[in-house]
Amino acid sequence: MVEARYKPGDRVKVRKAYPLGHIRTPFYIRGHAGVVERLCGAFGNPEELAQQRSGEPKQPLYRVRFLQREVWPDYRGNPEDVVEIEIFQHWLE
Amino acid sequence: MGGLPAGKVEPTEHDYAEWERRVDALMTLLSGIKGGRKLMTVDELRKNIESIGPEAYDRMTYYERWITSITQTMIQRGIITTEELGRKMAEIQKRG
Repeated sequence: MVEARYKPGDRVKVRKAYPLGHIRTPFYIRGHAGVVERLCGAFGNPEELAQQRSGEPKQPLYRVRFLQREVWPDYRGNPEDVVEIEIFQHWLE
Repeated sequence: MGGLPAGKVEPTEHDYAEWERRVDALMTLLSGIKGGRKLMTVDELRKNIESIGPEAYDRMTYYERWITSITQTMIQRGIITTEELGRKMAEIQKRG
């Protein structure tokens, strides 16, 4: 298992990368900054599991909170609204 | 879908058809979560759903996407061949 590098409250940025393959990190959140809400545990890497490989070592998965108005330029809801997304550690920096 | 511009989401309720229940059961069995051989992962299911062309994706229902993806995964893993699949489909079509 890969050791968890972040803890709740840490500010993180999602890598802005567009590799081929099966990626769980949504396109729209890549490059955005957020705050770690919790560590969800460690899970097999879906990028590997999708290609008939073991997915080991398990990767820490975090729930990360982003401000809606920072994600969507034309967002008209409450300025404090957030979107929470579960993101694997290797997509955070 | 994936943050792309789209219309309003219209939620609807419907009963599952028998073939839809079977597709769901097929996925459970192939995943090996009820014991037996693990022949595919949910990540392969997702990967092969993502690789359905956008036009076909929009045309298909939820479980049509699943069975398309499961079939593709079985071919990729060599569990079945395209040849076997084609012959079986023709055989079933003949039953009418």
